[in-house]
Amino acid sequence: MSETLCSVGLDVGTTTTQLILSELTVENRASAFAVPDLSICQRRVIYESPVYFTPLLQGELVDGAAIAKLVAREYETAGIERSQVDTGAVIITGETSRKENAEAVLSQLSGFAGEFVVATAGPDLESVLAARGAGAEELSEQTKKPVLHMDIGGGTSNLALIRDGVIVATGCLNVGGRLIKREKSGKLTYVSPVLAGLTDLRPGDYPAEDQIYSIARILASALEMAAGLRPKTELLDKVMTREAGTWQIPEEKELILSFSGGVADCIQTRQAPLAFGDMGPELGQAIGESLLCRGEYHLGAETIRATVIGAGCHSTQLSGSTVYFQNVQLPRKNLPVAAVEADRQLDPDAIAQALSRMDSDRVVLAIPGFAAPKHDRVRQLAEAVCRGFGGKPAYICLEQDMAKALGHSLSLKLPPDAECLCIDRLSLKPGSYLDIGLPVGPALPVVIKTLVLGKS
Amino acid sequence: MNKQELTAMVAQILQTMGQEPMVKASDYKPTQPGPRETCPEGDPSESAADVTALDLRKLYLVEDPKDKEGFAALKAKTPARLGAGKAGARYKTVTMLRFRADHAAAQDAVFSQIPEDYAAKNGMVALQTCCKDKDMYLTRPDLGRRFDEENRAKLKKAIPRKPRVQIVVGDGLSSAAILANAMDCLAAIRDGLKVRGIDCAEPVFVRYCRVGAGDAVGDVTGCELVCVLVGERPGLVTDKSMSAYITYEPHTGVSESARTVVSNIHAQGTPAVEAGAHIAELIEKILRRRVSGVGLHLGDGA
Repeated sequence: MSETLCSVGLDVGTTTTQLILSELTVENRASAFAVPDLSICQRRVIYESPVYFTPLLQGELVDGAAIAKLVAREYETAGIERSQVDTGAVIITGETSRKENAEAVLSQLSGFAGEFVVATAGPDLESVLAARGAGAEELSEQTKKPVLHMDIGGGTSNLALIRDGVIVATGCLNVGGRLIKREKSGKLTYVSPVLAGLTDLRPGDYPAEDQIYSIARILASALEMAAGLRPKTELLDKVMTREAGTWQIPEEKELILSFSGGVADCIQTRQAPLAFGDMGPELGQAIGESLLCRGEYHLGAETIRATVIGAGCHSTQLSGSTVYFQNVQLPRKNLPVAAVEADRQLDPDAIAQALSRMDSDRVVLAIPGFAAPKHDRVRQLAEAVCRGFGGKPAYICLEQDMAKALGHSLSLKLPPDAECLCIDRLSLKPGSYLDIGLPVGPALPVVIKTLVLGKS
Repeated sequence: MNKQELTAMVAQILQTMGQEPMVKASDYKPTQPGPRETCPEGDPSESAADVTALDLRKLYLVEDPKDKEGFAALKAKTPARLGAGKAGARYKTVTMLRFRADHAAAQDAVFSQIPEDYAAKNGMVALQTCCKDKDMYLTRPDLGRRFDEENRAKLKKAIPRKPRVQIVVGDGLSSAAILANAMDCLAAIRDGLKVRGIDCAEPVFVRYCRVGAGDAVGDVTGCELVCVLVGERPGLVTDKSMSAYITYEPHTGVSESARTVVSNIHAQGTPAVEAGAHIAELIEKILRRRVSGVGLHLGDGA
């Protein structure tokens, strides 16, 4: 048995906007004589749009209408209808996500792109998607070594530390190729406020090439500090973005560096200084000559497209293949996640308390559950959950394989018209959001929009 | 081999067949678990206090390995006895002992009995097939699918009205599998059927049970569907694996291809409760489509 999902990825970045369509193949890995076990076994890009400059209104607002038009045109070129798009993600990245109207544009675009296309912004998820899109997780899995992935875009650099093929930390620095913009004549048209204190250059100046390069070197040294290759100074704190969590400098000595993003294309290949009207070529060169590239380093399988491929191919996951839901209208988007630890999951008060912290009618309760539990344990958990939710729609996500059994047990305690859903084999962190799509065979596709990806 | 030798061999085989089995279950004494000594800290290869307590997926015994972590990551994915190292040309002591312990557990699972009071304790009527003991059960599969008049009457009395769904719990080839999984799985099946509004008769327990005993239960009760929870032939990975065989309109002589099976129900496979929940959904599907087994896969009745 194999089924395919059509997934869209749309990345609206500081500089560029791109769209890809991919085909996710879902297969049952279990034999016909066992309980099904579905997983996404292949993720293949079937269409790539050209790289567009992100349409902006008056420099500060994202032009949502122009992007919607772009999406419509690309769907037409690809020969696909909106209704054929099963899943995917629209992500607003880098400095763009700080623009005032980003959120409104996002929700408008996600609905426009497909029924179950999720909207997301924020540096942490961007780091995760870029690292996945660039193939950095596989690199770590294959080499069995820790990998530090850097996606260096126009406005920001997204960092992801990967151990044993699993992303364990993410971070974001205000380091990018378009912190300075220049005309063909060499005249500066834009100097990002991020560079305040690092340079005296102002719009209207005609800087010499080595002035630009010295700024690039400073930015590259901030990346060196983030990688633990150079002692940390104030510079690192200065360029660290406020939106991302604190970046712990990795302790590993044998770290493989991996790069993606537009600037990554300028690390090994020398580009003409004014090729893109910014400082991307200089930053790429500075990185290539820095400590970052002294040891083992790789350019991602994808560079400028890493984030959009991550959004298109790697945003959707599948739940376990034995789940339960009743009276739930799918898809459901943006469900906030409340978590209760293993030692308190049987305590209805702890559950109620965790749920009450969320300002939403529908909250997903993330609990570990129990490995191969006795039936009495399932019943106890159903009782605790039932009382904890106290009549509100009950959405439960477990790590252990027991969702269907818990769902049945819970259903027997609830009125027939009660809304409830139990899924499993997913690890959710508190503070993240969950989107749940229409069933694929016996499983449900989900997108976890996580803030900080810790160890599961 | 010439004709004469062949004739001699056939004659010898024929002679042996008439004799008593060489190993008799009645002589076989399953290992009784005694008080366990805990495994002391340190290198497990130096101590064999309780080899069965070691997690095989973590036991890596190669000396001076080139990439211990890499191998450990592979080992975590399989119960196979990889990275066992060696002592000269042989296994290490711990490997050998563990292999023999697992083999013994597998044999015990076949030869040991479900306790007499198991059925009563769990609210089930206890039946027995035409097999009189384990030896007969192992050597006469045909008798493990039939009931005598007394047991048929007992079943008829216990299940007087024709039920839609009849669940049978049978020891099969692993008593350990039934003791570990059957009641949790059964409770989950009943939850799932209740949610779906499907009536289910009181389950029955069958000693010396083959899968086909469910067909005989079908003959007597006239149930629309039978689900037999039975212990699987034990292997070296686990002695506690259970299967569920579901048959629509069961009767003696029904084709084996008409059975839908859910296998590998054990703690490291599909957990008993989750398998039970899945089985309940499968039962609903089979009742709706009025077909089980290969026909269900081919889409009959859809």
